[in-house]
Amino acid sequence: MKELLAILIGAVLVENFVLSKFLGICPFLGVSKKTSTAVGMSGAVIFVLVLSQAVTWLVNHYLLVPYELEYLQTIVFILVIATLVQLVETFLKKMIPALYKALGVYLPLITTNCAVLGSALLFVERNYSFIQAVVFGFAAGLGFTLALILFSGVRERLETCDIPEAFKGMPITLIAASLVSISFMGFASLILP
Amino acid sequence: MSVIIPVAIVSGLGLFFGVGLSIASKVFEVKTDERIGKVREMLPGANCGACGFSGCDGLAEAIVNEGVSPDRCPVGGASMVKKISEFMGMAANEVVKKEARVMCNGTCDNAQLKYKYEGIRDCHAANLLAGGAGSCGYGCLGLGSCKEVCPFDAIVIENGVARIIQEKCTGCGKCVAECPKKIIHLVPVTSGFTVFCSNKEKGAVARKACKVACIACRMCAKVCPVNAIDVSDNLAVIDPEKCINCGECEKVCPQNCISDSRARVLA
Repeated sequence: MKELLAILIGAVLVENFVLSKFLGICPFLGVSKKTSTAVGMSGAVIFVLVLSQAVTWLVNHYLLVPYELEYLQTIVFILVIATLVQLVETFLKKMIPALYKALGVYLPLITTNCAVLGSALLFVERNYSFIQAVVFGFAAGLGFTLALILFSGVRERLETCDIPEAFKGMPITLIAASLVSISFMGFASLILP
Repeated sequence: MSVIIPVAIVSGLGLFFGVGLSIASKVFEVKTDERIGKVREMLPGANCGACGFSGCDGLAEAIVNEGVSPDRCPVGGASMVKKISEFMGMAANEVVKKEARVMCNGTCDNAQLKYKYEGIRDCHAANLLAGGAGSCGYGCLGLGSCKEVCPFDAIVIENGVARIIQEKCTGCGKCVAECPKKIIHLVPVTSGFTVFCSNKEKGAVARKACKVACIACRMCAKVCPVNAIDVSDNLAVIDPEKCINCGECEKVCPQNCISDSRARVLA
Protein backbone atom coordinates (compact mmCIF):
# COMPACT_ATOMS: atom_id res chain seq x y z
CA MET A 1 0.00 0.00 0.00
CA LYS A 2 2.81 2.34 0.93
CA GLU A 3 4.52 1.49 -2.31
CA LEU A 4 1.42 2.38 -4.32
CA LEU A 5 1.14 5.68 -2.51
CA ALA A 6 4.77 6.36 -3.36
CA ILE A 7 4.09 5.65 -7.02
CA LEU A 8 0.99 7.86 -6.94
CA ILE A 9 2.65 10.88 -5.37
CA GLY A 10 5.83 10.30 -7.34
CA ALA A 11 4.07 10.31 -10.71
CA VAL A 12 1.80 13.26 -9.88
CA LEU A 13 4.34 15.63 -8.34
CA VAL A 14 7.97 14.52 -8.41
CA GLU A 15 8.10 13.15 -11.93
CA ASN A 16 5.10 14.92 -13.39
CA PHE A 17 4.81 13.65 -16.94
CA VAL A 18 4.37 17.02 -18.55
CA LEU A 19 6.44 19.30 -16.38
CA SER A 20 9.35 17.04 -15.41
CA LYS A 21 9.48 14.36 -18.09
CA PHE A 22 8.24 16.58 -20.92
CA LEU A 23 5.86 13.97 -22.26
CA GLY A 24 2.53 14.95 -23.81
CA ILE A 25 3.58 18.49 -24.64
CA CYS A 26 1.36 18.62 -27.73
CA PRO A 27 -2.00 18.40 -25.93
CA PHE A 28 -0.50 20.40 -23.07
CA LEU A 29 -0.05 23.37 -25.41
CA GLY A 30 -2.97 22.60 -27.69
CA VAL A 31 -5.82 22.23 -25.21
CA SER A 32 -4.73 24.49 -22.36
CA LYS A 33 -6.28 27.64 -23.78
CA LYS A 34 -9.49 27.27 -21.82
CA THR A 35 -9.95 25.56 -18.47
CA SER A 36 -13.18 23.89 -19.56
CA THR A 37 -11.61 22.03 -22.49
CA ALA A 38 -8.55 21.27 -20.36
CA VAL A 39 -10.76 19.45 -17.85
CA GLY A 40 -12.46 17.43 -20.58
CA MET A 41 -9.19 16.49 -22.21
CA SER A 42 -7.68 15.47 -18.88
CA GLY A 43 -10.62 13.23 -18.13
CA ALA A 44 -10.19 11.47 -21.46
CA VAL A 45 -6.44 11.10 -20.90
CA ILE A 46 -6.89 9.56 -17.44
CA PHE A 47 -9.44 7.14 -18.83
CA VAL A 48 -7.24 6.09 -21.74
CA LEU A 49 -4.13 5.90 -19.57
CA VAL A 50 -5.65 3.57 -16.98
CA LEU A 51 -7.17 1.32 -19.62
CA SER A 52 -4.07 1.24 -21.78
CA GLN A 53 -1.83 0.51 -18.79
CA ALA A 54 -3.98 -2.48 -17.89
CA VAL A 55 -4.14 -3.85 -21.43
CA THR A 56 -0.52 -3.19 -22.31
CA TRP A 57 0.60 -4.83 -19.08
CA LEU A 58 -1.39 -7.96 -19.90
CA VAL A 59 -0.15 -8.00 -23.48
CA ASN A 60 3.41 -7.44 -22.37
CA HIS A 61 3.32 -10.01 -19.59
CA TYR A 62 1.47 -12.83 -21.31
CA LEU A 63 2.43 -12.35 -24.95
CA LEU A 64 5.64 -10.45 -25.40
CA VAL A 65 7.76 -11.62 -22.47
CA PRO A 66 7.09 -15.40 -22.81
CA TYR A 67 8.06 -15.30 -26.48
CA GLU A 68 10.99 -12.96 -25.86
CA LEU A 69 9.51 -10.31 -28.11
CA GLU A 70 10.30 -7.29 -25.94
CA TYR A 71 11.70 -5.51 -28.97
CA LEU A 72 8.15 -5.29 -30.35
CA GLN A 73 6.90 -3.35 -27.33
CA THR A 74 6.75 0.05 -29.01
CA ILE A 75 4.76 -1.07 -32.03
CA VAL A 76 2.40 -3.34 -30.08
CA PHE A 77 1.77 -0.68 -27.43
CA ILE A 78 0.96 1.88 -30.09
CA LEU A 79 -1.48 -0.58 -31.62
CA VAL A 80 -3.16 -1.07 -28.24
CA ILE A 81 -3.34 2.67 -27.54
CA ALA A 82 -4.72 3.55 -30.96
CA THR A 83 -7.41 0.90 -30.58
CA LEU A 84 -8.35 2.16 -27.14
CA VAL A 85 -8.63 5.75 -28.28
CA GLN A 86 -10.88 4.66 -31.12
CA LEU A 87 -12.96 2.69 -28.65
CA VAL A 88 -13.26 5.64 -26.29
CA GLU A 89 -14.31 7.81 -29.20
CA THR A 90 -17.13 5.53 -30.32
CA PHE A 91 -18.17 5.08 -26.70
CA LEU A 92 -18.30 8.83 -26.00
CA LYS A 93 -20.13 9.55 -29.24
CA LYS A 94 -22.93 7.29 -28.10
CA MET A 95 -22.96 7.84 -24.35
CA ILE A 96 -21.73 11.39 -23.69
CA PRO A 97 -22.20 13.38 -26.92
CA ALA A 98 -21.64 16.68 -25.13
CA LEU A 99 -18.15 15.67 -24.03
CA TYR A 100 -17.50 14.19 -27.47
CA LYS A 101 -18.36 17.53 -29.05
CA ALA A 102 -16.30 19.51 -26.56
CA LEU A 103 -13.21 17.39 -27.15
CA GLY A 104 -13.66 17.47 -30.91
CA VAL A 105 -10.40 16.99 -32.73
CA TYR A 106 -8.42 16.57 -29.51
CA LEU A 107 -9.69 13.12 -28.72
CA PRO A 108 -7.92 11.44 -31.67
CA LEU A 109 -4.88 13.44 -30.61
CA ILE A 110 -4.56 11.22 -27.53
CA THR A 111 -3.33 8.50 -29.90
CA THR A 112 -0.21 10.51 -30.44
CA ASN A 113 0.01 11.62 -26.83
CA CYS A 114 3.43 10.34 -25.92
CA ALA A 115 2.50 10.37 -22.22
CA VAL A 116 0.36 7.31 -22.88
CA LEU A 117 3.11 5.42 -24.69
CA GLY A 118 5.70 6.78 -22.26
CA SER A 119 3.97 5.42 -19.19
CA ALA A 120 3.55 2.04 -20.92
CA LEU A 121 7.25 1.85 -21.67
CA LEU A 122 8.17 3.08 -18.19
CA PHE A 123 6.32 0.37 -16.28
CA VAL A 124 8.23 -2.21 -18.30
CA GLU A 125 11.50 -0.56 -17.45
CA ARG A 126 10.62 -0.49 -13.76
CA ASN A 127 9.20 -4.03 -13.58
CA TYR A 128 5.90 -2.92 -12.07
CA SER A 129 3.26 -5.45 -11.13
CA PHE A 130 -0.22 -5.22 -12.67
CA ILE A 131 -1.68 -3.14 -9.84
CA GLN A 132 1.37 -0.92 -9.72
CA ALA A 133 1.20 -0.33 -13.47
CA VAL A 134 -2.47 0.65 -13.32
CA VAL A 135 -1.90 2.98 -10.38
CA PHE A 136 1.07 4.43 -12.20
CA GLY A 137 -1.10 5.11 -15.26
CA PHE A 138 -3.80 6.71 -13.12
CA ALA A 139 -1.20 8.86 -11.35
CA ALA A 140 0.35 9.88 -14.65
CA GLY A 141 -3.10 10.97 -15.83
CA LEU A 142 -3.64 12.90 -12.61
CA GLY A 143 -0.29 14.61 -13.05
CA PHE A 144 -1.23 15.49 -16.61
CA THR A 145 -4.54 16.89 -15.35
CA LEU A 146 -2.81 18.96 -12.70
CA ALA A 147 -0.34 20.40 -15.17
CA LEU A 148 -3.01 21.11 -17.78
CA ILE A 149 -5.42 22.82 -15.40
CA LEU A 150 -2.73 24.87 -13.68
CA PHE A 151 -1.37 25.97 -17.01
CA SER A 152 -4.76 26.79 -18.52
CA GLY A 153 -5.23 29.16 -15.58
CA VAL A 154 -1.92 30.81 -16.39
CA ARG A 155 -2.88 31.09 -20.05
CA GLU A 156 -6.25 32.61 -19.33
CA ARG A 157 -4.43 35.29 -17.36
CA LEU A 158 -1.95 35.79 -20.19
CA GLU A 159 -4.83 36.59 -22.55
CA THR A 160 -5.35 40.01 -21.05
CA CYS A 161 -1.70 40.81 -20.37
CA ASP A 162 0.18 43.48 -22.22
CA ILE A 163 2.77 41.30 -23.94
CA PRO A 164 5.54 42.68 -26.18
CA GLU A 165 4.74 42.12 -29.84
CA ALA A 166 7.59 39.67 -30.43
CA PHE A 167 6.48 37.41 -27.56
CA LYS A 168 2.79 37.21 -28.39
CA GLY A 169 1.27 33.77 -28.86
CA MET A 170 3.47 30.71 -28.67
CA PRO A 171 6.72 32.33 -27.38
CA ILE A 172 5.18 33.66 -24.17
CA THR A 173 3.27 30.41 -23.75
CA LEU A 174 6.49 28.41 -23.91
CA ILE A 175 8.21 30.77 -21.48
CA ALA A 176 5.30 30.48 -19.06
CA ALA A 177 5.40 26.69 -19.44
CA SER A 178 9.08 26.63 -18.57
CA LEU A 179 8.43 28.73 -15.46
CA VAL A 180 5.67 26.38 -14.31
CA SER A 181 8.02 23.48 -15.00
CA ILE A 182 10.80 25.05 -12.92
CA SER A 183 8.37 25.48 -10.03
CA PHE A 184 7.65 21.76 -10.20
CA MET A 185 11.36 21.05 -9.72
CA GLY A 186 10.79 22.07 -6.12
CA PHE A 187 9.00 18.74 -5.63
CA ALA A 188 12.20 16.85 -6.48
CA SER A 189 13.18 16.93 -2.82
CA LEU A 190 9.98 15.05 -1.96
CA ILE A 191 11.75 11.75 -2.56
CA LEU A 192 10.00 9.05 -0.59
CA PRO A 193 11.81 6.35 1.31
CA MET B 1 10.95 -20.13 -37.84
CA SER B 2 11.69 -17.41 -35.31
CA VAL B 3 10.09 -14.89 -37.67
CA ILE B 4 6.73 -16.60 -37.66
CA ILE B 5 5.88 -16.15 -33.98
CA PRO B 6 6.28 -12.35 -33.84
CA VAL B 7 4.48 -11.94 -37.15
CA ALA B 8 1.66 -14.16 -35.93
CA ILE B 9 1.38 -12.33 -32.63
CA VAL B 10 1.32 -8.85 -34.10
CA SER B 11 -1.07 -9.71 -36.90
CA GLY B 12 -3.19 -11.71 -34.46
CA LEU B 13 -3.41 -8.71 -32.15
CA GLY B 14 -4.25 -6.48 -35.09
CA LEU B 15 -7.00 -8.81 -36.20
CA PHE B 16 -8.36 -9.09 -32.67
CA PHE B 17 -8.44 -5.30 -32.18
CA GLY B 18 -9.89 -4.76 -35.63
CA VAL B 19 -12.74 -7.17 -35.01
CA GLY B 20 -13.26 -5.72 -31.53
CA LEU B 21 -13.49 -2.21 -32.92
CA SER B 22 -15.94 -3.11 -35.63
CA ILE B 23 -18.14 -4.86 -33.07
CA ALA B 24 -17.93 -1.80 -30.82
CA SER B 25 -18.84 0.51 -33.66
CA LYS B 26 -21.94 -1.60 -34.28
CA VAL B 27 -22.88 -1.70 -30.60
CA PHE B 28 -22.35 2.01 -30.06
CA GLU B 29 -23.71 3.05 -33.41
CA VAL B 30 -25.18 6.52 -33.51
CA LYS B 31 -27.89 7.10 -36.05
CA THR B 32 -26.90 10.12 -38.07
CA ASP B 33 -28.73 11.76 -40.90
CA GLU B 34 -27.05 10.38 -44.00
CA ARG B 35 -27.37 13.75 -45.67
CA ILE B 36 -24.80 15.11 -43.19
CA GLY B 37 -22.13 12.89 -44.72
CA LYS B 38 -23.10 13.93 -48.24
CA VAL B 39 -23.03 17.64 -47.38
CA ARG B 40 -19.76 17.11 -45.57
CA GLU B 41 -18.24 15.71 -48.75
CA MET B 42 -19.32 18.77 -50.73
CA LEU B 43 -17.69 21.13 -48.27
CA PRO B 44 -14.01 21.92 -48.83
CA GLY B 45 -12.83 19.87 -45.85
CA ALA B 46 -10.26 22.43 -44.78
CA ASN B 47 -11.67 22.51 -41.20
CA CYS B 48 -10.62 26.16 -40.94
CA GLY B 49 -13.50 27.06 -38.64
CA ALA B 50 -14.19 30.33 -40.44
CA CYS B 51 -17.88 29.46 -40.61
CA GLY B 52 -18.01 29.69 -36.84
CA PHE B 53 -18.65 25.99 -36.34
CA SER B 54 -16.19 23.39 -35.10
CA GLY B 55 -15.00 22.54 -38.62
CA CYS B 56 -16.62 21.18 -41.77
CA ASP B 57 -18.42 18.41 -39.85
CA GLY B 58 -19.98 20.99 -37.57
CA LEU B 59 -21.18 23.11 -40.47
CA ALA B 60 -22.55 20.09 -42.35
CA GLU B 61 -24.54 19.14 -39.26
CA ALA B 62 -25.85 22.69 -38.88
CA ILE B 63 -26.84 22.87 -42.55
CA VAL B 64 -28.84 19.67 -42.34
CA ASN B 65 -30.32 19.99 -38.84
CA GLU B 66 -30.75 23.72 -38.36
CA GLY B 67 -31.09 24.90 -41.93
CA VAL B 68 -28.01 27.11 -41.76
CA SER B 69 -27.13 28.57 -45.13
CA PRO B 70 -24.16 26.89 -46.85
CA ASP B 71 -22.73 30.28 -47.74
CA ARG B 72 -21.44 30.42 -44.19
CA CYS B 73 -18.48 28.63 -45.68
CA PRO B 74 -16.31 31.33 -47.22
CA VAL B 75 -13.87 28.89 -48.78
CA GLY B 76 -16.08 26.82 -51.10
CA GLY B 77 -17.30 29.64 -53.32
CA ALA B 78 -20.51 30.08 -55.27
CA SER B 79 -20.45 26.73 -57.06
CA MET B 80 -20.28 24.81 -53.78
CA VAL B 81 -23.07 26.90 -52.25
CA LYS B 82 -25.24 26.22 -55.28
CA LYS B 83 -24.50 22.51 -55.18
CA ILE B 84 -25.39 22.16 -51.51
CA SER B 85 -28.46 24.37 -51.85
CA GLU B 86 -29.73 22.18 -54.66
CA PHE B 87 -29.01 19.04 -52.69
CA MET B 88 -30.79 20.35 -49.62
CA GLY B 89 -33.68 21.62 -51.71
CA MET B 90 -33.15 25.23 -50.70
CA ALA B 91 -33.85 27.76 -53.38
CA ALA B 92 -30.63 29.43 -54.43
CA ASN B 93 -32.11 32.90 -54.09
CA GLU B 94 -32.69 32.29 -50.40
CA VAL B 95 -28.96 32.41 -50.03
CA VAL B 96 -28.22 36.05 -49.44
CA LYS B 97 -24.62 36.84 -48.72
CA LYS B 98 -24.13 38.84 -45.58
CA GLU B 99 -21.35 41.06 -44.44
CA ALA B 100 -20.44 42.62 -41.12
CA ARG B 101 -20.92 46.32 -40.53
CA VAL B 102 -19.69 48.37 -37.60
CA MET B 103 -22.61 50.55 -36.57
CA CYS B 104 -20.51 53.44 -35.38
CA ASN B 105 -18.87 56.40 -37.00
CA GLY B 106 -17.41 57.87 -33.81
CA THR B 107 -13.91 58.56 -35.06
CA CYS B 108 -11.39 60.53 -33.02
CA ASP B 109 -12.64 63.72 -34.71
CA ASN B 110 -16.32 63.03 -34.17
CA ALA B 111 -16.56 61.54 -30.67
CA GLN B 112 -15.65 63.13 -27.36
CA LEU B 113 -13.56 61.44 -24.69
CA LYS B 114 -14.42 61.28 -21.03
CA TYR B 115 -10.99 60.10 -19.91
CA LYS B 116 -7.69 58.95 -21.35
CA TYR B 117 -7.34 55.19 -21.50
CA GLU B 118 -3.84 53.80 -21.13
CA GLY B 119 -4.57 50.19 -20.21
CA ILE B 120 -4.39 46.92 -22.07
CA ARG B 121 -5.05 47.30 -25.78
CA ASP B 122 -8.15 45.18 -25.71
CA CYS B 123 -11.79 46.21 -26.04
CA HIS B 124 -13.02 43.86 -23.32
CA ALA B 125 -10.54 45.29 -20.82
CA ALA B 126 -11.36 48.89 -21.77
CA ASN B 127 -15.08 48.18 -21.55
CA LEU B 128 -14.66 47.22 -17.90
CA LEU B 129 -13.48 50.74 -17.07
CA ALA B 130 -16.77 52.66 -17.07
CA GLY B 131 -17.66 51.32 -20.50
CA GLY B 132 -14.59 52.63 -22.27
CA ALA B 133 -13.02 56.04 -22.76
CA GLY B 134 -15.57 57.48 -25.18
CA SER B 135 -18.29 59.83 -23.97
CA CYS B 136 -20.69 57.73 -25.98
CA GLY B 137 -21.31 54.55 -24.05
CA TYR B 138 -22.41 52.72 -27.18
CA GLY B 139 -19.60 53.48 -29.60
CA CYS B 140 -16.67 51.56 -31.00
CA LEU B 141 -13.76 51.39 -28.56
CA GLY B 142 -11.30 51.15 -31.42
CA LEU B 143 -8.87 48.82 -29.69
CA GLY B 144 -9.27 46.11 -32.29
CA SER B 145 -10.54 43.03 -30.49
CA CYS B 146 -12.59 42.34 -33.62
CA LYS B 147 -9.50 42.78 -35.78
CA GLU B 148 -7.71 40.15 -33.68
CA VAL B 149 -10.38 37.49 -34.24
CA CYS B 150 -11.01 38.19 -37.93
CA PRO B 151 -9.67 35.18 -39.86
CA PHE B 152 -9.56 37.14 -43.12
CA ASP B 153 -7.81 40.37 -42.15
CA ALA B 154 -10.95 42.18 -43.19
CA ILE B 155 -10.99 44.69 -40.33
CA VAL B 156 -8.87 47.80 -39.99
CA ILE B 157 -8.90 50.38 -37.22
CA GLU B 158 -9.14 53.78 -38.84
CA ASN B 159 -9.03 56.90 -36.78
CA GLY B 160 -10.27 55.09 -33.68
CA VAL B 161 -13.09 53.13 -35.27
CA ALA B 162 -13.11 49.61 -36.67
CA ARG B 163 -13.97 49.45 -40.36
CA ILE B 164 -14.80 46.32 -42.34
CA ILE B 165 -13.10 45.89 -45.70
CA GLN B 166 -16.11 44.65 -47.62
CA GLU B 167 -14.16 42.84 -50.34
CA LYS B 168 -12.55 40.62 -47.72
CA CYS B 169 -15.50 40.15 -45.36
CA THR B 170 -17.12 36.73 -45.66
CA GLY B 171 -19.83 37.28 -43.07
CA CYS B 172 -18.51 34.59 -40.73
CA GLY B 173 -19.70 36.59 -37.74
CA LYS B 174 -16.67 36.10 -35.50
CA CYS B 175 -16.34 39.84 -34.91
CA VAL B 176 -20.05 40.08 -34.13
CA ALA B 177 -19.57 37.64 -31.28
CA GLU B 178 -16.36 39.28 -30.09
CA CYS B 179 -17.44 42.93 -29.90
CA PRO B 180 -18.16 43.83 -26.25
CA LYS B 181 -20.32 46.75 -27.37
CA LYS B 182 -22.36 44.55 -29.73
CA ILE B 183 -22.25 47.17 -32.46
CA ILE B 184 -21.17 44.90 -35.30
CA HIS B 185 -24.12 43.45 -37.19
CA LEU B 186 -24.46 41.08 -40.10
CA VAL B 187 -26.35 42.78 -42.92
CA PRO B 188 -27.20 41.48 -46.41
CA VAL B 189 -24.70 42.92 -48.88
CA THR B 190 -27.53 44.03 -51.14
CA SER B 191 -28.76 46.59 -48.66
CA GLY B 192 -26.65 49.69 -48.88
CA PHE B 193 -28.01 52.38 -46.61
CA THR B 194 -27.16 51.95 -42.98
CA VAL B 195 -27.44 54.03 -39.84
CA PHE B 196 -23.85 54.11 -38.65
CA CYS B 197 -24.69 54.78 -35.03
CA SER B 198 -25.74 52.70 -32.05
CA ASN B 199 -26.37 55.41 -29.49
CA LYS B 200 -29.61 54.96 -27.57
CA GLU B 201 -29.33 58.13 -25.50
CA LYS B 202 -31.73 61.04 -25.99
CA GLY B 203 -30.84 63.36 -28.85
CA ALA B 204 -29.20 66.13 -26.83
CA VAL B 205 -27.02 63.73 -24.85
CA ALA B 206 -26.06 61.80 -27.96
CA ARG B 207 -25.15 64.94 -29.86
CA LYS B 208 -22.93 66.12 -27.04
CA ALA B 209 -21.01 62.84 -27.07
CA CYS B 210 -20.56 62.58 -30.81
CA LYS B 211 -20.93 64.85 -33.83
CA VAL B 212 -22.45 62.15 -36.00
CA ALA B 213 -24.78 60.50 -33.48
CA CYS B 214 -28.33 59.57 -34.37
CA ILE B 215 -30.59 61.96 -32.46
CA ALA B 216 -33.79 60.11 -33.33
CA CYS B 217 -35.31 63.14 -35.09
CA ARG B 218 -37.39 60.81 -37.29
CA MET B 219 -36.65 62.76 -40.45
CA CYS B 220 -35.49 59.61 -42.18
CA ALA B 221 -38.54 57.64 -41.06
CA LYS B 222 -40.86 60.34 -42.41
CA VAL B 223 -39.17 60.56 -45.78
CA CYS B 224 -38.81 56.81 -46.33
CA PRO B 225 -41.25 55.74 -49.07
CA VAL B 226 -41.47 52.12 -47.92
CA ASN B 227 -41.51 52.59 -44.13
CA ALA B 228 -38.30 50.66 -43.77
CA ILE B 229 -36.97 52.80 -40.95
CA ASP B 230 -37.99 52.18 -37.39
CA VAL B 231 -37.08 54.70 -34.71
CA SER B 232 -37.26 53.24 -31.24
CA ASP B 233 -35.03 53.58 -28.17
CA ASN B 234 -33.82 56.90 -29.59
CA LEU B 235 -32.15 55.19 -32.51
CA ALA B 236 -33.11 54.79 -36.16
CA VAL B 237 -32.70 51.31 -37.61
CA ILE B 238 -33.13 50.48 -41.29
CA ASP B 239 -34.75 47.16 -42.07
CA PRO B 240 -32.64 45.67 -44.89
CA GLU B 241 -35.55 43.48 -45.97
CA LYS B 242 -37.72 46.48 -46.81
CA CYS B 243 -35.07 49.01 -47.89
CA ILE B 244 -35.13 49.77 -51.61
CA ASN B 245 -31.87 51.74 -51.59
CA CYS B 246 -33.52 54.98 -52.74
CA GLY B 247 -31.17 57.07 -50.60
CA GLU B 248 -33.76 59.63 -49.42
CA CYS B 249 -32.81 59.07 -45.79
CA GLU B 250 -29.19 59.91 -46.40
CA LYS B 251 -30.19 63.23 -47.96
CA VAL B 252 -32.34 64.39 -45.05
CA CYS B 253 -30.28 63.16 -42.10
CA PRO B 254 -29.12 66.27 -40.28
CA GLN B 255 -26.40 64.37 -38.42
CA ASN B 256 -24.97 62.62 -41.49
CA CYS B 257 -25.02 59.29 -39.74
CA ILE B 258 -26.74 57.44 -42.60
CA SER B 259 -24.61 56.54 -45.55
CA ASP B 260 -24.46 54.06 -48.39
CA SER B 261 -21.98 51.38 -47.51
CA ARG B 262 -21.92 50.13 -51.09
CA ALA B 263 -20.50 53.47 -52.18
CA ARG B 264 -17.37 52.62 -50.28
CA VAL B 265 -16.94 49.52 -52.40
CA LEU B 266 -17.65 51.18 -55.70
CA ALA B 267 -15.46 54.18 -55.03
